[in-house]
Amino acid sequence: MSAAGGRRSTLPGFGLTMGLTLTWLSIIILIPLAGLFLRTFELSLDQFWGIVTSRRTLNALKISFGLAFAAAVVNLVMGLIVVWALVRYRFPGRRIFDAIVDVPFALPTAVAGVALTSLFAQTGWLGAPLAELGIKVAFTPIGIFIAMIFIGIPFVVRTVQPVLIDLDAEIEEAAASLGANRWHTVSKVILPSLIPALLTGFALAFARAVGEYGSVIFIAGNLPNVSEIAPLLIVIRLSEFRYADATAIAVVMLVAAFLIIFAVNRIQRWAQTRIPAH
Amino acid sequence: MIEVKNIVKKFGAFAALDGVDLKVADGELLALLGPSGSGKTTLLRIIAGLDWPDTGEVSFDGENALAHAASERHVGFVFQHYALFRHMTVFENVAFGLRVQPRAVRKDEAGIRARVKELLDLVQLDWLSNRYPSQLSGGQRQRIALARALAIEPRILLLDEPFGALDAKVRKELRQWLRSLHHEIHVTSIFVTHDQEEALEVANRVVVMDKGRIEQIGTPGEVYDNPATAFVHGFIGESIVLPVEVYDGCVRLGGKQLNILADGVSPGLSKLFVRRHDMQVGPAGSGSLDGAVRHVRTFGPIQRAEVALSAGDGETVIEIDAPRDRELQTGDIVGLQPRRYRIFAAQE
Repeated sequence: MSAAGGRRSTLPGFGLTMGLTLTWLSIIILIPLAGLFLRTFELSLDQFWGIVTSRRTLNALKISFGLAFAAAVVNLVMGLIVVWALVRYRFPGRRIFDAIVDVPFALPTAVAGVALTSLFAQTGWLGAPLAELGIKVAFTPIGIFIAMIFIGIPFVVRTVQPVLIDLDAEIEEAAASLGANRWHTVSKVILPSLIPALLTGFALAFARAVGEYGSVIFIAGNLPNVSEIAPLLIVIRLSEFRYADATAIAVVMLVAAFLIIFAVNRIQRWAQTRIPAH
Repeated sequence: MIEVKNIVKKFGAFAALDGVDLKVADGELLALLGPSGSGKTTLLRIIAGLDWPDTGEVSFDGENALAHAASERHVGFVFQHYALFRHMTVFENVAFGLRVQPRAVRKDEAGIRARVKELLDLVQLDWLSNRYPSQLSGGQRQRIALARALAIEPRILLLDEPFGALDAKVRKELRQWLRSLHHEIHVTSIFVTHDQEEALEVANRVVVMDKGRIEQIGTPGEVYDNPATAFVHGFIGESIVLPVEVYDGCVRLGGKQLNILADGVSPGLSKLFVRRHDMQVGPAGSGSLDGAVRHVRTFGPIQRAEVALSAGDGETVIEIDAPRDRELQTGDIVGLQPRRYRIFAAQE
């Protein structure tokens, strides 16, 4: 290649791949989203505000976001314990447990919903003893909460796992030689190293739970204002041919999703400046 | 005083340490020197409490150290790859050992700040206190690791190949720096290295290890000039090794009798060790051995010559260092006589 031939990139094909990337992302993601926003422009601002702040919508959003947040918090704590056990200890059946973590990823959500519902129904294996204690799970917000925990746990485990595996055993030895007891080592050395991964896992579990539909609607009971999630309300509005209403709710969820993704991005950026991977 | 008695440590069938005894006096700067797999790092980790021996004793000032976990031994440990806490600033790394002390003895925040400042001054890196470890060079990281280890005022400082991950120039600087630092603070220190030059240059005493055993303990001068075993002679400094036969108090190489004494070595196959610069070069026939110069390289005050010995099969080639008072030429026939030498009975 002559120098006069202009500067050639060592990695050719930028034009082609960039073109394909833009086209593909536009078709798959950007155009549908733009359509969604355009649809809401059929509404005046007052109408939009009226729909979004109506009691039923607000309650649905509250249930979706509130329970998703609570479920993500539970997943954060339990996911950390699970990943700690899976990575740090060798016990019989470890590989099986490791594989089980992926079940909520792989299982069709409707199947998960049916399974959870029959398990927690008042006649179910877990539902019956709980009912004796006066706790009703199926067809209540608690059911939604449990379904959201179920589908969220792999996100925390799978984002934290590689980071914990890579964590250098020497830094724990260093902490011990400096006089740190086990609690100090865990709270001051190990956990802070995991925080970026934990927050990312938390955000992903949260986002997934907010948008979850299939597994929730079976167990939720779907009473308006009590156990009706926002995605279900969108479906209901669509079936009533109230498309603008549906898209208004959808836009709120979309913006929320953007904010979550933005937050995840910031966390990762922040983590990378502080703790680069060697 | 640190005392190690009859330590045995096995990893499966492999004996990493096979009966090691060692005494380290207060204020010493001791090097554990040996090839990889000699057990030197394992010994260091056992003293620190990061590994446990199968049998044997470790005591600090007469007190049984094995009764205490690493966190209770007050031992500063510096790792080859620094092991700094990446999510903490340099300041917080150094302060860590002070912050995790039991509340009864813990300094207040002002006291911690003053102590960290003092340590960062000691390692001449106070201007980096707000950086993260990832923003530092290797040499800087190792100095911070050292400051962190010193923060707890350890009764002993242990360094595991402290300069192993650094490039040659930085290594050399840090070596001298470590020695002057030790001169300044006098903390009892043991460092592990596979680099003989590093051990000889930095330590007051050198412990040479091989295959889980201590071969020799002595000052750098002693281990260099009076190696106790064939291994030490071969490992420390460059040596010419010739297979010889000891017979009737005489030493023979390939059937030719050499004009040197057998030094009390029992008869049989032996090895003759001579330092490169201890081989006297003269005209042909002037020494016990004759040889043909194959190749000469000259640098600095010496000339290094490859000489093919005429004794034996004529294929034995040795490298010697000669002063430059008499220039050697390729093809010269020279006479060689060992000035200083050691003979060790051949093992196996």
